Amino acid sequence: MKKHLLSIDDLTIDDIDELFETAAQMHDVQGRSVKKLPALRGRTIINLFFEDSTRTRSSFEIAGKWLSADTINITGKGSSASKGESLRDTVLTICAMGVDALVMRHGASGAAKQVSEWTDAVVINAGDGTHEHPSQALLDAYTLTRHIGSLEGKHVVIVGDLTHSRVFRSNIKLLRKLQAQVTVVAPATLLPAGAKSWAESSGFAISNDLDAVLPTADAVMMLRVQKERMSGGFFPSAREYTVGYGLTKDRLALLRPDVPICHPGPMNRGLEIAADAADAAQSVVLEQVSAGVAIRMAILYHQLAGEGNDE
Amino acid sequence: MSTHPEPQDAAPIAGGRSVLDTNSISRALTRISHEILEHNKGAGNLVLLGIPTRGVHLANRIATRIAKVEGAQVPVGTLDITMYRDDLRDNPTRNPHRTEIPTGGIDGRTVVLVDDVLYSGRTIRAALDALNDIGRPAAVRLAVLVDRGHRELPIRADHVGKNLPSARAERVLVRLSEVDGQDEVQIS
Repeated sequence: MKKHLLSIDDLTIDDIDELFETAAQMHDVQGRSVKKLPALRGRTIINLFFEDSTRTRSSFEIAGKWLSADTINITGKGSSASKGESLRDTVLTICAMGVDALVMRHGASGAAKQVSEWTDAVVINAGDGTHEHPSQALLDAYTLTRHIGSLEGKHVVIVGDLTHSRVFRSNIKLLRKLQAQVTVVAPATLLPAGAKSWAESSGFAISNDLDAVLPTADAVMMLRVQKERMSGGFFPSAREYTVGYGLTKDRLALLRPDVPICHPGPMNRGLEIAADAADAAQSVVLEQVSAGVAIRMAILYHQLAGEGNDE
Repeated sequence: MSTHPEPQDAAPIAGGRSVLDTNSISRALTRISHEILEHNKGAGNLVLLGIPTRGVHLANRIATRIAKVEGAQVPVGTLDITMYRDDLRDNPTRNPHRTEIPTGGIDGRTVVLVDDVLYSGRTIRAALDALNDIGRPAAVRLAVLVDRGHRELPIRADHVGKNLPSARAERVLVRLSEVDGQDEVQIS
Protein backbone atom coordinates (compact mmCIF):
# COMPACT_ATOMS: atom_id res chain seq x y z
CA MET A 1 0.00 0.00 0.00
CA LYS A 2 1.22 3.50 -0.74
CA LYS A 3 2.35 5.64 2.15
CA HIS A 4 -0.53 8.13 1.93
CA LEU A 5 -4.20 7.57 1.19
CA LEU A 6 -5.15 10.63 -0.84
CA SER A 7 -7.35 9.19 -3.54
CA ILE A 8 -8.99 5.93 -4.56
CA ASP A 9 -6.41 5.98 -7.37
CA ASP A 10 -3.76 5.17 -4.75
CA LEU A 11 -5.28 1.73 -4.13
CA THR A 12 -4.82 -1.47 -6.09
CA ILE A 13 -7.48 -4.17 -6.18
CA ASP A 14 -5.34 -6.21 -3.77
CA ASP A 15 -5.16 -3.26 -1.37
CA ILE A 16 -8.94 -2.94 -1.44
CA ASP A 17 -9.41 -6.67 -0.79
CA GLU A 18 -7.03 -6.52 2.14
CA LEU A 19 -8.74 -3.46 3.60
CA PHE A 20 -12.14 -5.17 3.35
CA GLU A 21 -10.77 -8.35 4.87
CA THR A 22 -9.17 -6.48 7.75
CA ALA A 23 -12.32 -4.39 8.22
CA ALA A 24 -14.35 -7.58 8.64
CA GLN A 25 -12.10 -8.61 11.56
CA MET A 26 -12.31 -5.09 13.01
CA HIS A 27 -16.09 -5.28 12.79
CA ASP A 28 -16.00 -8.17 15.26
CA VAL A 29 -14.02 -6.07 17.73
CA GLN A 30 -16.89 -3.56 17.79
CA GLY A 31 -19.05 -6.24 19.38
CA ARG A 32 -16.63 -6.99 22.22
CA SER A 33 -16.81 -5.53 25.69
CA VAL A 34 -13.13 -4.53 25.57
CA LYS A 35 -12.84 -2.63 22.30
CA LYS A 36 -9.11 -2.28 22.21
CA LEU A 37 -6.29 -3.70 20.13
CA PRO A 38 -2.67 -2.82 20.84
CA ALA A 39 -1.53 -2.60 17.21
CA LEU A 40 -0.89 1.18 17.11
CA ARG A 41 0.32 1.66 20.68
CA GLY A 42 2.63 4.65 20.85
CA ARG A 43 1.51 6.16 17.54
CA THR A 44 0.06 9.64 17.40
CA ILE A 45 -2.67 10.57 14.95
CA ILE A 46 -3.93 14.10 14.47
CA ASN A 47 -7.36 14.71 13.00
CA LEU A 48 -6.97 18.06 11.29
CA PHE A 49 -10.40 19.21 10.20
CA PHE A 50 -10.90 22.58 8.54
CA GLU A 51 -14.49 21.74 7.63
CA ASP A 52 -17.40 20.57 9.76
CA SER A 53 -17.76 16.87 10.31
CA THR A 54 -19.43 14.63 12.86
CA ARG A 55 -19.21 11.09 11.64
CA THR A 56 -15.95 11.11 9.72
CA ARG A 57 -13.99 12.79 12.47
CA SER A 58 -15.49 10.83 15.33
CA SER A 59 -15.13 7.57 13.46
CA PHE A 60 -11.47 8.22 12.67
CA GLU A 61 -11.00 9.18 16.32
CA ILE A 62 -12.69 6.02 17.60
CA ALA A 63 -10.81 3.90 15.06
CA GLY A 64 -7.48 5.31 16.24
CA LYS A 65 -8.36 4.89 19.90
CA TRP A 66 -9.52 1.30 19.51
CA LEU A 67 -6.16 0.55 17.93
CA SER A 68 -4.48 2.18 20.96
CA ALA A 69 -3.08 5.18 19.06
CA ASP A 70 -3.23 8.59 20.67
CA THR A 71 -5.66 10.62 18.61
CA ILE A 72 -6.04 14.36 18.91
CA ASN A 73 -8.55 16.56 17.14
CA ILE A 74 -7.75 19.97 15.76
CA THR A 75 -10.48 21.91 14.04
CA GLY A 76 -10.05 24.93 11.81
CA LYS A 77 -12.29 27.01 14.01
CA GLY A 78 -10.47 27.89 17.19
CA SER A 79 -7.04 26.92 15.87
CA SER A 80 -4.22 29.19 14.82
CA ALA A 81 -5.59 29.00 11.27
CA SER A 82 -8.30 31.41 12.40
CA LYS A 83 -5.52 33.79 13.49
CA GLY A 84 -4.21 33.83 9.96
CA GLU A 85 -1.60 31.09 10.07
CA SER A 86 -1.02 29.48 6.68
CA LEU A 87 -1.88 25.83 6.13
CA ARG A 88 1.79 25.04 5.61
CA ASP A 89 2.81 26.61 8.92
CA THR A 90 -0.02 24.87 10.75
CA VAL A 91 1.00 21.50 9.31
CA LEU A 92 4.72 21.98 9.95
CA THR A 93 4.00 23.07 13.53
CA ILE A 94 1.88 20.02 14.23
CA CYS A 95 4.34 17.67 12.60
CA ALA A 96 7.22 19.17 14.57
CA MET A 97 5.55 17.72 17.66
CA GLY A 98 6.28 14.26 16.30
CA VAL A 99 3.10 13.06 14.70
CA ASP A 100 2.80 9.77 12.82
CA ALA A 101 -0.32 10.51 10.80
CA LEU A 102 -2.51 13.39 9.76
CA VAL A 103 -6.13 12.69 8.93
CA MET A 104 -7.12 15.77 7.04
CA ARG A 105 -10.24 17.48 5.80
CA HIS A 106 -9.99 20.76 3.96
CA GLY A 107 -12.21 22.87 1.72
CA ALA A 108 -9.65 23.09 -1.07
CA SER A 109 -9.41 20.24 -3.58
CA GLY A 110 -5.89 18.80 -3.50
CA ALA A 111 -5.12 20.10 0.00
CA ALA A 112 -4.23 16.65 1.33
CA LYS A 113 -1.90 16.01 -1.59
CA GLN A 114 -0.21 19.36 -1.03
CA VAL A 115 0.23 18.61 2.67
CA SER A 116 1.69 15.17 1.94
CA GLU A 117 4.54 16.93 0.14
CA TRP A 118 5.36 19.02 3.19
CA THR A 119 5.56 16.33 5.84
CA ASP A 120 7.01 12.91 6.63
CA ALA A 121 3.82 11.89 8.42
CA VAL A 122 1.30 9.61 6.73
CA VAL A 123 -1.51 11.74 5.28
CA ILE A 124 -5.02 10.34 5.02
CA ASN A 125 -7.50 12.37 3.02
CA ALA A 126 -10.80 12.68 4.87
CA GLY A 127 -12.30 14.95 2.23
CA ASP A 128 -10.67 17.67 0.15
CA GLY A 129 -13.02 20.21 -1.40
CA THR A 130 -15.00 18.70 -4.25
CA HIS A 131 -12.25 16.23 -5.07
CA GLU A 132 -12.24 12.98 -3.08
CA HIS A 133 -13.26 11.25 0.15
CA PRO A 134 -11.72 7.80 -0.15
CA SER A 135 -12.60 6.37 3.27
CA GLN A 136 -16.29 7.12 2.68
CA ALA A 137 -16.24 5.33 -0.68
CA LEU A 138 -14.48 2.36 0.92
CA LEU A 139 -17.02 2.06 3.69
CA ASP A 140 -19.90 2.39 1.22
CA ALA A 141 -18.54 -0.37 -1.00
CA TYR A 142 -17.68 -2.51 2.03
CA THR A 143 -21.24 -2.15 3.37
CA LEU A 144 -22.64 -3.14 -0.02
CA THR A 145 -20.44 -6.23 -0.30
CA ARG A 146 -21.73 -7.39 3.07
CA HIS A 147 -25.25 -7.23 1.67
CA ILE A 148 -24.98 -8.24 -1.96
CA GLY A 149 -21.60 -9.98 -2.14
CA SER A 150 -19.05 -9.15 -4.81
CA LEU A 151 -19.92 -5.97 -6.66
CA GLU A 152 -18.64 -7.24 -9.97
CA GLY A 153 -21.40 -6.78 -12.56
CA LYS A 154 -23.84 -5.42 -9.97
CA HIS A 155 -25.86 -2.38 -10.98
CA VAL A 156 -25.24 0.47 -8.56
CA VAL A 157 -27.27 3.65 -8.97
CA ILE A 158 -25.81 6.82 -7.48
CA VAL A 159 -28.08 9.82 -7.23
CA GLY A 160 -27.04 13.34 -6.39
CA ASP A 161 -24.79 16.25 -7.09
CA LEU A 162 -21.86 15.16 -9.20
CA THR A 163 -20.39 18.65 -9.45
CA HIS A 164 -19.80 19.27 -5.77
CA SER A 165 -19.73 15.83 -4.19
CA ARG A 166 -16.33 14.32 -3.37
CA VAL A 167 -18.13 11.21 -2.15
CA PHE A 168 -19.59 10.82 -5.63
CA ARG A 169 -16.20 11.06 -7.28
CA SER A 170 -14.52 8.57 -4.95
CA ASN A 171 -17.47 6.20 -5.16
CA ILE A 172 -17.49 6.12 -8.94
CA LYS A 173 -13.75 5.44 -9.04
CA LEU A 174 -13.97 2.67 -6.47
CA LEU A 175 -17.08 1.00 -7.87
CA ARG A 176 -15.58 0.97 -11.35
CA LYS A 177 -12.38 -0.55 -9.94
CA LEU A 178 -14.53 -3.27 -8.39
CA GLN A 179 -16.19 -3.69 -11.80
CA ALA A 180 -19.67 -2.69 -10.74
CA GLN A 181 -22.00 -1.37 -13.39
CA VAL A 182 -22.63 2.24 -12.35
CA THR A 183 -25.43 4.59 -13.35
CA VAL A 184 -25.16 8.19 -12.25
CA VAL A 185 -28.42 10.07 -11.93
CA ALA A 186 -28.15 13.84 -11.58
CA PRO A 187 -29.85 16.94 -12.89
CA ALA A 188 -28.01 18.37 -15.88
CA THR A 189 -27.09 21.46 -13.88
CA LEU A 190 -25.25 19.31 -11.33
CA LEU A 191 -23.15 17.44 -13.87
CA PRO A 192 -19.67 18.96 -14.14
CA ALA A 193 -18.23 20.01 -17.47
CA GLY A 194 -16.57 16.97 -18.98
CA ALA A 195 -18.85 14.50 -17.19
CA LYS A 196 -19.68 12.87 -20.52
CA SER A 197 -16.11 12.16 -21.51
CA TRP A 198 -15.35 10.99 -17.96
CA ALA A 199 -18.31 8.61 -18.18
CA GLU A 200 -17.06 7.29 -21.50
CA SER A 201 -13.48 6.82 -20.39
CA SER A 202 -14.26 5.11 -17.10
CA GLY A 203 -17.33 3.28 -18.33
CA PHE A 204 -20.35 4.45 -16.35
CA ALA A 205 -23.77 5.61 -17.55
CA ILE A 206 -25.41 8.96 -16.96
CA SER A 207 -29.16 9.28 -16.76
CA ASN A 208 -31.64 11.88 -15.62
CA ASP A 209 -34.57 9.51 -15.35
CA LEU A 210 -34.45 7.96 -11.89
CA ASP A 211 -37.72 6.05 -12.35
CA ALA A 212 -36.28 4.28 -15.37
CA VAL A 213 -33.11 2.99 -13.66
CA LEU A 214 -34.43 2.00 -10.22
CA PRO A 215 -36.11 -1.27 -11.26
CA THR A 216 -32.78 -2.77 -12.38
CA ALA A 217 -30.75 -1.47 -9.43
CA ASP A 218 -28.87 -3.91 -7.15
CA ALA A 219 -27.94 -1.05 -4.81
CA VAL A 220 -28.84 2.61 -4.48
CA MET A 221 -26.67 5.39 -3.09
CA MET A 222 -28.42 8.64 -2.34
CA LEU A 223 -26.07 11.59 -1.89
CA ARG A 224 -26.69 14.70 0.12
CA VAL A 225 -27.70 17.90 -1.59
CA GLN A 226 -24.85 20.12 -0.44
CA LYS A 227 -26.52 23.40 0.27
CA GLU A 228 -23.28 24.87 1.64
CA ARG A 229 -21.48 24.47 -1.67
CA MET A 230 -24.22 25.94 -3.82
CA SER A 231 -24.90 29.59 -4.29
CA GLY A 232 -28.26 28.87 -5.88
CA GLY A 233 -29.34 28.41 -9.44
CA PHE A 234 -28.61 24.69 -9.78
CA PHE A 235 -32.25 23.77 -9.46
CA PRO A 236 -35.30 25.98 -9.13
CA SER A 237 -36.48 24.71 -5.76
CA ALA A 238 -35.96 21.95 -3.23
CA ARG A 239 -39.39 20.65 -4.12
CA GLU A 240 -38.40 20.30 -7.75
CA TYR A 241 -35.24 18.36 -6.83
CA THR A 242 -37.34 15.96 -4.75
CA VAL A 243 -39.82 15.44 -7.58
CA GLY A 244 -37.07 14.64 -10.06
CA TYR A 245 -34.33 13.02 -7.99
CA GLY A 246 -35.52 12.32 -4.46
CA LEU A 247 -35.98 8.75 -3.22
CA THR A 248 -39.66 9.17 -2.38
CA LYS A 249 -42.15 6.65 -1.07
CA ASP A 250 -43.41 6.03 -4.61
CA ARG A 251 -39.90 5.41 -5.92
CA LEU A 252 -39.14 3.07 -3.01
CA ALA A 253 -41.82 0.80 -4.47
CA LEU A 254 -39.78 0.55 -7.71
CA LEU A 255 -36.90 -1.12 -5.84
CA ARG A 256 -36.67 -4.80 -5.07
CA PRO A 257 -37.05 -5.23 -1.30
CA ASP A 258 -33.53 -6.67 -0.97
CA VAL A 259 -31.80 -3.69 -2.59
CA PRO A 260 -29.71 -1.82 0.00
CA ILE A 261 -30.16 1.94 0.22
CA CYS A 262 -27.07 3.93 1.24
CA HIS A 263 -26.69 7.52 2.28
CA PRO A 264 -23.38 8.89 3.57
CA GLY A 265 -25.18 11.37 5.82
CA PRO A 266 -26.06 13.81 7.05
CA MET A 267 -29.46 13.22 5.47
CA ASN A 268 -31.75 16.00 4.35
CA ARG A 269 -34.94 14.11 5.10
CA GLY A 270 -37.71 15.07 2.71
CA LEU A 271 -35.24 16.51 0.20
CA GLU A 272 -33.08 13.80 -1.37
CA ILE A 273 -34.48 10.95 0.72
CA ALA A 274 -37.95 10.50 2.19
CA ALA A 275 -38.33 9.28 5.75
CA ASP A 276 -40.02 6.12 4.38
CA ALA A 277 -36.83 5.26 2.49
CA ALA A 278 -34.39 6.37 5.19
CA ASP A 279 -36.12 4.22 7.80
CA ALA A 280 -36.99 1.32 5.50
CA ALA A 281 -35.83 -2.18 6.40
CA GLN A 282 -33.54 -2.11 3.37
CA SER A 283 -31.86 1.14 4.44
CA VAL A 284 -28.26 0.50 5.53
CA VAL A 285 -27.53 4.06 6.68
CA LEU A 286 -26.63 3.13 10.27
CA GLU A 287 -24.68 0.09 9.17
CA GLN A 288 -22.59 2.44 7.06
CA VAL A 289 -21.69 4.32 10.22
CA SER A 290 -20.51 1.22 12.07
CA ALA A 291 -18.74 -0.01 8.93
CA GLY A 292 -17.06 3.40 8.87
CA VAL A 293 -15.22 2.68 12.10
CA ALA A 294 -14.17 -0.78 10.89
CA ILE A 295 -12.90 0.53 7.55
CA ARG A 296 -11.01 3.36 9.21
CA MET A 297 -9.41 0.93 11.66
CA ALA A 298 -8.33 -1.13 8.64
CA ILE A 299 -6.93 1.97 6.92
CA LEU A 300 -5.01 3.16 9.99
CA TYR A 301 -3.73 -0.34 10.67
CA HIS A 302 -2.42 -0.85 7.15
CA GLN A 303 -0.96 2.65 6.86
CA LEU A 304 0.65 2.75 10.28
CA ALA A 305 1.24 -0.64 11.90
CA GLY A 306 4.10 -2.05 9.86
CA GLU A 307 7.24 -0.80 8.27
CA GLY A 308 8.14 -1.06 4.63
CA ASN A 309 5.74 1.13 2.71
CA ASP A 310 6.36 1.35 -1.00
CA GLU A 311 6.96 5.05 -1.16
CA MET B 1 0.75 -3.85 -1.06
CA SER B 2 3.39 -4.61 1.48
CA THR B 3 1.46 -7.37 3.22
CA HIS B 4 2.95 -10.80 2.99
CA PRO B 5 0.28 -13.45 3.27
CA GLU B 6 0.62 -16.43 5.56
CA PRO B 7 1.94 -19.39 3.65
CA GLN B 8 -1.25 -21.21 2.69
CA ASP B 9 -0.44 -24.62 1.32
CA ALA B 10 3.20 -24.93 2.38
CA ALA B 11 5.31 -26.85 -0.08
CA PRO B 12 7.53 -29.58 1.35
CA ILE B 13 11.15 -28.59 1.94
CA ALA B 14 13.43 -30.14 -0.65
CA GLY B 15 15.93 -32.32 1.15
CA GLY B 16 14.07 -31.84 4.45
CA ARG B 17 14.03 -34.65 6.99
CA SER B 18 10.60 -35.92 7.95
CA VAL B 19 10.29 -36.20 11.75
CA LEU B 20 6.58 -36.95 12.10
CA ASP B 21 4.35 -38.69 9.57
CA THR B 22 0.57 -38.99 9.37
CA ASN B 23 0.37 -41.80 11.91
CA SER B 24 2.71 -40.28 14.44
CA ILE B 25 0.89 -36.91 14.22
CA SER B 26 -2.37 -38.75 14.78
CA ARG B 27 -1.00 -40.64 17.77
CA ALA B 28 0.48 -37.47 19.26
CA LEU B 29 -2.86 -35.65 18.98
CA THR B 30 -4.69 -38.59 20.54
CA ARG B 31 -2.26 -38.57 23.46
CA ILE B 32 -2.60 -34.79 23.86
CA SER B 33 -6.39 -35.16 23.88
CA HIS B 34 -6.19 -37.75 26.63
CA GLU B 35 -3.73 -35.63 28.60
CA ILE B 36 -6.05 -32.64 28.39
CA LEU B 37 -8.96 -34.74 29.64
CA GLU B 38 -6.93 -36.34 32.38
CA HIS B 39 -5.57 -33.03 33.58
CA ASN B 40 -8.99 -31.39 33.43
CA LYS B 41 -10.77 -34.42 34.95
CA GLY B 42 -13.15 -34.64 32.01
CA ALA B 43 -14.36 -32.33 29.28
CA GLY B 44 -16.33 -30.00 31.55
CA ASN B 45 -15.67 -26.29 31.34
CA LEU B 46 -13.07 -26.70 28.57
CA VAL B 47 -12.65 -24.32 25.64
CA LEU B 48 -10.13 -25.02 22.87
CA LEU B 49 -8.73 -21.99 21.05
CA GLY B 50 -6.60 -22.57 17.97
CA ILE B 51 -4.08 -20.00 16.80
CA PRO B 52 -4.41 -19.43 13.02
CA THR B 53 -3.78 -21.00 10.71
CA ARG B 54 -2.61 -24.50 11.61
CA GLY B 55 -3.42 -24.28 15.30
CA VAL B 56 -7.08 -24.00 14.35
CA HIS B 57 -7.04 -27.29 12.48
CA LEU B 58 -5.18 -28.99 15.32
CA ALA B 59 -7.76 -27.67 17.82
CA ASN B 60 -10.54 -29.12 15.69
CA ARG B 61 -8.82 -32.49 15.53
CA ILE B 62 -8.34 -32.55 19.30
CA ALA B 63 -12.02 -31.64 19.80
CA THR B 64 -13.04 -34.55 17.54
CA ARG B 65 -10.93 -36.95 19.61
CA ILE B 66 -12.32 -35.62 22.88
CA ALA B 67 -15.84 -36.04 21.53
CA LYS B 68 -15.05 -39.69 20.73
CA VAL B 69 -13.72 -40.40 24.20
CA GLU B 70 -16.10 -38.36 26.33
CA GLY B 71 -19.11 -38.09 24.01
CA ALA B 72 -19.20 -34.38 24.68
CA GLN B 73 -18.53 -31.63 22.15
CA VAL B 74 -15.98 -29.19 23.54
CA PRO B 75 -16.38 -25.61 22.24
CA VAL B 76 -13.66 -24.70 19.72
CA GLY B 77 -12.72 -21.19 18.65
CA THR B 78 -9.92 -19.30 17.00
CA LEU B 79 -7.69 -16.65 18.51
CA ASP B 80 -5.88 -14.35 16.12
CA ILE B 81 -2.83 -12.69 17.59
CA THR B 82 -1.71 -10.51 14.68
CA MET B 83 -2.60 -7.22 16.34
CA TYR B 84 -0.81 -8.29 19.54
CA ARG B 85 2.54 -9.19 18.00
CA ASP B 86 5.56 -7.40 19.41
CA ASP B 87 7.25 -7.20 16.01
CA LEU B 88 4.45 -5.43 14.08
CA ARG B 89 6.63 -2.42 13.52
CA ASP B 90 9.56 -4.38 12.16
CA ASN B 91 7.67 -6.23 9.47
CA PRO B 92 5.42 -5.42 6.56
CA THR B 93 1.79 -5.24 7.64
CA ARG B 94 0.05 -8.58 8.00
CA ASN B 95 -3.63 -9.10 7.48
CA PRO B 96 -5.35 -10.19 10.69
CA HIS B 97 -7.26 -13.47 10.75
CA ARG B 98 -10.62 -14.03 12.37
CA THR B 99 -11.00 -14.38 16.08
CA GLU B 100 -14.02 -16.53 16.89
CA ILE B 101 -14.86 -17.04 20.51
CA PRO B 102 -17.44 -19.81 21.09
CA THR B 103 -20.77 -18.68 22.48
CA GLY B 104 -20.49 -18.92 26.22
CA GLY B 105 -17.20 -17.04 26.11
CA ILE B 106 -14.10 -17.87 28.12
CA ASP B 107 -14.91 -16.30 31.49
CA GLY B 108 -14.32 -18.80 34.26
CA ARG B 109 -13.45 -21.59 31.83
CA THR B 110 -10.27 -23.56 31.23
CA VAL B 111 -8.86 -22.39 27.93
CA VAL B 112 -6.46 -24.64 26.06
CA LEU B 113 -4.47 -22.71 23.47
CA VAL B 114 -3.46 -24.87 20.52
CA ASP B 115 -0.62 -24.07 18.14
CA ASP B 116 1.55 -26.03 15.75
CA VAL B 117 5.07 -25.04 16.78
CA LEU B 118 6.34 -23.57 20.04
CA TYR B 119 9.58 -21.67 19.43
CA SER B 120 10.43 -18.27 20.93
CA GLY B 121 7.23 -18.14 22.97
CA ARG B 122 6.35 -14.70 21.59
CA THR B 123 3.22 -15.91 19.82
CA ILE B 124 1.92 -17.34 23.08
CA ARG B 125 2.78 -14.12 24.91
CA ALA B 126 0.67 -12.28 22.31
CA ALA B 127 -2.11 -14.86 22.68
CA LEU B 128 -2.19 -14.33 26.45
CA ASP B 129 -2.53 -10.59 25.87
CA ALA B 130 -5.31 -11.17 23.35
CA LEU B 131 -7.14 -13.41 25.83
CA ASN B 132 -6.92 -10.66 28.39
CA ASP B 133 -9.01 -8.39 26.16
CA ILE B 134 -11.65 -11.04 25.63
CA GLY B 135 -12.28 -12.32 29.13
CA ARG B 136 -10.91 -13.91 32.27
CA PRO B 137 -10.44 -17.67 32.01
CA ALA B 138 -10.11 -19.74 35.16
CA ALA B 139 -6.91 -21.21 33.72
CA VAL B 140 -4.99 -21.17 30.45
CA ARG B 141 -3.06 -24.18 29.18
CA LEU B 142 -0.98 -24.68 26.10
CA ALA B 143 -0.94 -27.61 23.72
CA VAL B 144 1.52 -27.72 20.80
CA LEU B 145 2.32 -30.34 18.20
CA VAL B 146 6.05 -29.55 18.19
CA ASP B 147 8.26 -27.87 20.78
CA ARG B 148 11.51 -26.94 19.07
CA GLY B 149 13.09 -25.05 21.98
CA HIS B 150 14.91 -21.69 21.90
CA ARG B 151 12.48 -19.90 24.20
CA GLU B 152 12.94 -16.13 24.56
CA LEU B 153 10.26 -15.76 27.22
CA PRO B 154 9.37 -17.72 30.36
CA ILE B 155 6.68 -19.78 28.66
CA ARG B 156 6.23 -23.55 28.49
CA ALA B 157 3.71 -25.96 27.01
CA ASP B 158 1.50 -28.25 29.12
CA HIS B 159 0.96 -30.77 26.35
CA VAL B 160 3.59 -31.44 23.70
CA GLY B 161 3.25 -33.76 20.69
CA LYS B 162 6.99 -34.01 20.09
CA ASN B 163 10.03 -32.36 21.60
CA LEU B 164 12.24 -31.60 18.66
CA PRO B 165 15.75 -30.38 19.47
CA SER B 166 16.71 -28.03 16.67
CA ALA B 167 19.32 -25.46 15.77
CA ARG B 168 18.14 -21.88 15.35
CA ALA B 169 19.19 -21.96 11.73
CA GLU B 170 16.99 -24.94 11.03
CA ARG B 171 13.47 -24.66 9.73
CA VAL B 172 10.60 -26.64 11.19
CA LEU B 173 7.64 -27.01 8.87
CA VAL B 174 4.27 -28.40 9.92
CA ARG B 175 2.06 -29.48 7.05
CA LEU B 176 -1.53 -30.49 7.69
CA SER B 177 -3.90 -32.17 5.27
CA GLU B 178 -6.57 -29.44 5.73
CA VAL B 179 -4.33 -26.76 4.20
CA ASP B 180 -1.33 -28.55 2.73
CA GLY B 181 -2.88 -31.74 1.41
CA GLN B 182 -0.75 -33.98 3.65
CA ASP B 183 0.19 -34.47 7.31
CA GLU B 184 3.90 -34.15 7.95
CA VAL B 185 6.44 -32.40 10.15
CA GLN B 186 9.76 -31.64 8.48
CA ILE B 187 13.04 -30.21 9.66
CA SER B 188 15.82 -28.91 7.46
